[in-house]
Amino acid sequence: MSESVGDAIAEEAVIELHKQFRLQWEQAQDCFVLLYPEGMIKLPGSSGEIMKRIDGKSRVSEIIADLEATFPGADLRQDVIDFLEAAHANGWIRQQDH
Amino acid sequence: MQTAGSDNKTTSKPHWVNAEITYQCPLHCVFCYNPVDYAKYGPELTTDEWLRVFREARELGAVQLGLSGGEPLQRKDVEVLVAETTKMGYYVNLITSGIGLTEKRIAAFKEGGLGQIQLSFQDSTREMNDFLSSTRTFDLKSKVAKLIKQYEYPMVLNVVLHRLNIDHIGQILEMAEAMGAEHVELANTQFYAWAFENRKHLMPSREQLERAERITNEFRDRVGNKMKVYFVVPDYYADRPKACMNGWGAVFLNVTADGMALPCHEARMLPLEFPNVRDHDVRWIWEESPGFNAYRGDDWMQEPCRTCPEKTKDFGGCRCQAFMLTGDATNADPVCDKAPAHHLITEQVALAQKPQPPASEVKQVILFRDDKNSRKLATRDSTTPIS
Ligand code: SF4
Ligand code: SF4
Repeated sequence: MSESVGDAIAEEAVIELHKQFRLQWEQAQDCFVLLYPEGMIKLPGSSGEIMKRIDGKSRVSEIIADLEATFPGADLRQDVIDFLEAAHANGWIRQQDH
Repeated sequence: MQTAGSDNKTTSKPHWVNAEITYQCPLHCVFCYNPVDYAKYGPELTTDEWLRVFREARELGAVQLGLSGGEPLQRKDVEVLVAETTKMGYYVNLITSGIGLTEKRIAAFKEGGLGQIQLSFQDSTREMNDFLSSTRTFDLKSKVAKLIKQYEYPMVLNVVLHRLNIDHIGQILEMAEAMGAEHVELANTQFYAWAFENRKHLMPSREQLERAERITNEFRDRVGNKMKVYFVVPDYYADRPKACMNGWGAVFLNVTADGMALPCHEARMLPLEFPNVRDHDVRWIWEESPGFNAYRGDDWMQEPCRTCPEKTKDFGGCRCQAFMLTGDATNADPVCDKAPAHHLITEQVALAQKPQPPASEVKQVILFRDDKNSRKLATRDSTTPIS
């Protein structure tokens, strides 16, 4: 891992999954899961909704806007940022180089 | 044993499937975990048979797939298996000695969606490597390591440690660093199968272990985050028994080259009837077969496990180890200091503190994993526990 973990996630950043991770809908778990060598992380509810929007093209701000459009009435910004920072600290995602 | 239809029926899922797709291997490791009598088992499953098994396990919720062996690359259909199982939704792990991994093949694996490659390495010095695997493979493995990086896989190295190579730990770690390894597992031999036969030659002394751990810690301090290094002690030296496979029939399904379904790599040695995937579907095997239900829950336990507060944590340790050492798989794992047979472990550990002949002499008497030795071991009377 070249970048240090635990950095703050900027809203203009484009994020992508770390290359060892794969996201998929898992029927047996009834939620999205993140697969990586010899392991699996379940992503129930909102965590799955956030992760499935990470495509290596969208900015954090666009992901937030899309979520707020899908779940109207909620102010999700801080929750999304908090989740992404945790995901980043866990090494699931990375900020793309420009 | 549970009767069919009892309310103990399992709710667990075979999360991790390990397919020993072939017992063929060009190497002859003295610690090989394949059954010592592998040479007597029947024909390998065909490509279609494997794919059916993987599909059935996937329907039960399996997500991780290991392709191992033997040396899995001895089979020509690994490309097909990787691509098809990735499509099914598996995360596929290839566990290989690297022999047979050409650029053409790795390109096909990448294309098919292979998740990761684990490369096993016997030792860092060429001479030792050649002795321990009994063929000239070191240069080849270095080349394979480069290919793995080139195809943007993380470099995952497995090194099996034992009495004869553990003192090379410093060089092993330097080699791993030079190859750009990101994960290194330094796993001491656990004493099953071929390693059990060779136990007195392979068990390290306490002093060797302490030195190796110290050097590993110094190395960790130096390289920091860029490399994750795991050090696994032999369980003869551990203070508690291991919670083997997270419990019997809880998450792990192993299928041998000839189709036998097992709850762990080593269970073939137990005096139980295990089902073959040629005769049964995976759902029946996992949920109903007597073999997979034999040690689920804790009804089967004897004292001291039965009334022990730790039984929910370690499930009484390893059934295969209990069987190998005591002749009864329902006994507590002798690694546990509450087990009546614990002395069988401490005696071996005491023996390992005594001086042993040098590697050059051991080489003459140690048992290499090959077809000839396997056929010989297959005819041995298996009802008497080996000591
Ligand atoms: S442990 Fe060695 S001999 Fe056994 S299958 Fe693996 S590479 Fe082959
Ligand atoms: S007595 Fe049995 S359950 Fe208790 S710690 Fe020992 S092996 Fe585990």
